[in-house]
Amino acid sequence: MGHTLAEKIIAKHVVDARPGDAGLSPGDLVQVAVDVVLSNDITAPIALREFEKLGVERVFDPTKVVMVADHFAPNKDIKSAEQCAMMRRFAREQGLPYHYDVGRMGIEHVLLPEQGLVLPGDLVVGADSHTCTYGALGAFATGMGSTDIAVAMATGQIWMRVPETMRFVYTGELQPWVGGKDLILYTIGRIGVSGALYRSMEFTGPVIDGLSMAGRFTMANMAIEAGAKAGLFAVDATTRAYVAGRANREYTMYASDPDADYAEVIEIDVSDVPPQVALPHLPENARPVAEARSVTIDQAVIGSCTNGRMEDLRIAASILRGRHVHRDVRCIVIPGTQQVYLDALREGLIETFIEAGAVVSTPTCGPCLGGYMGILAAGERAVSTTNRNFRGRMGHADSEVYLSGPAVAAASAIVGHIAGPEEVTA
Amino acid sequence: MSHDNKILQGKVWKYGNNIDTDVIIPARYLNMSTAEELAQHCMEDIDPAFARAVSQGDIIVGGRNFGCGSSREHAPLAIKGAGVSCVIAESFARIFYRNAINIGLPILVSPEAARDATTGDRLIVDLETGSITNTHLGKTYRTSPFPPFIMQIIEAGGLIPYTQAQVHRRAAKESA
Repeated sequence: MGHTLAEKIIAKHVVDARPGDAGLSPGDLVQVAVDVVLSNDITAPIALREFEKLGVERVFDPTKVVMVADHFAPNKDIKSAEQCAMMRRFAREQGLPYHYDVGRMGIEHVLLPEQGLVLPGDLVVGADSHTCTYGALGAFATGMGSTDIAVAMATGQIWMRVPETMRFVYTGELQPWVGGKDLILYTIGRIGVSGALYRSMEFTGPVIDGLSMAGRFTMANMAIEAGAKAGLFAVDATTRAYVAGRANREYTMYASDPDADYAEVIEIDVSDVPPQVALPHLPENARPVAEARSVTIDQAVIGSCTNGRMEDLRIAASILRGRHVHRDVRCIVIPGTQQVYLDALREGLIETFIEAGAVVSTPTCGPCLGGYMGILAAGERAVSTTNRNFRGRMGHADSEVYLSGPAVAAASAIVGHIAGPEEVTA
Repeated sequence: MSHDNKILQGKVWKYGNNIDTDVIIPARYLNMSTAEELAQHCMEDIDPAFARAVSQGDIIVGGRNFGCGSSREHAPLAIKGAGVSCVIAESFARIFYRNAINIGLPILVSPEAARDATTGDRLIVDLETGSITNTHLGKTYRTSPFPPFIMQIIEAGGLIPYTQAQVHRRAAKESA
């Protein structure tokens, strides 16, 4: 029996099989070596405290321990400043070259691939649930908590359970304005928020072959919203072109065997999938935009680790250019990294956003998790290109978040209610 | 772990499906990281009374996919800090499950016990045998035991003491 992409990457990183788990098949508990260990300004403080308890002096490899101040940075208050300061001190003591502070930092899951820190075939663990984003590069990447990350920082190893793989095959022709976000929202709508619990998702098919890297990052990013441990794409010419010029070490490309054993295969014909919006308070509440047209909005957020890349900003700008944000809507655009910000500036997108009446923020996770930079009051609604619409996610417990791609968010910002892009561009 | 603290008793706080880490501990409190601070805001956005009314030893019972969403370890820390002795659910999100085991918060999967329990019931949980008794209903439920490796982490008191022991063992072997 063959193996899936995820199983092959894990197998290559196994240092020790657990007693009673001799082979490598789904369900086995294995000890694996990690290529990158990530943490951020809200998860690092707990990890550093646990690291200290371990009594280990140095991290296992300073070049493999990445820290990014992005959630509450630039610091929103004294407590978050203390958390960033703690992380900064540790990074200096340990001589970590990949500690990203304000001025260099970006939203971690946009930043690490951009900087070439994660490459195909890597095994990555991060104290952030959206670490699964790197599956777009053909890496096995998964989120864990701070204690797991402390152990990985100290030893370079962590235990994991080999997940079953669910294969998704996307066929047909994409409708206008439908992108990676619509595909993943639709998919989560089909299988539910625990539809891939403990499993790995593998995204395949002719539609995926034609999908850009930005679209793939968006899809892999939200694998966790279906409960998955990881969401992977096979490496192809698109991946190689993205990695070229960023990679400064060797990498390995893996592919699933034709006879690999999948827990489930789900085929999705995208020809019938219009732009999607996920209604409060779960990402699985995905609907065609047309079904949410009566929903008026107070805020539109365009950015995040899900949709804060150049392609996303280009789509939003193409809709906002020469138009104006509705007077009852606050439209907040957040480029994912300093590089994305600079590229958008040079391309004239920032000018487009400001002329349209949107504000442009420095890279930060900010409003996505209700941190700052766009918190909602009681009763307010936002359409957002972020990844979660849980109760209270963006502010008050009685506020609401509607998830969408950048085209729907930009169109809605103009119209003042949830709207498809064709309503403003026609 | 002595036998005594393998028997847990407490009053049930029952919640539904897909209880996410944002409602267990809202992100606006993630500028803090100690269990004591976080406990004051535990479950605040779905049950504002919880943090004030919870008693030492109480048990949270959830439905499917308990702890979904963010990787924030602040969530099980807040629950543990609130004095909750154990969480029982129909199923758990995987990061929450790991985090709970790593920080030494007992966690049990039992669809039947979780579905039957209602707020205010009293449960007796035997961690060694994995049995859950609902004294109000007079029913006892069996849960499947943890895999041996997970049990080793639990018995060590969490992942940090477990790893400490491993590191010392390795160092002793190298110096021998």
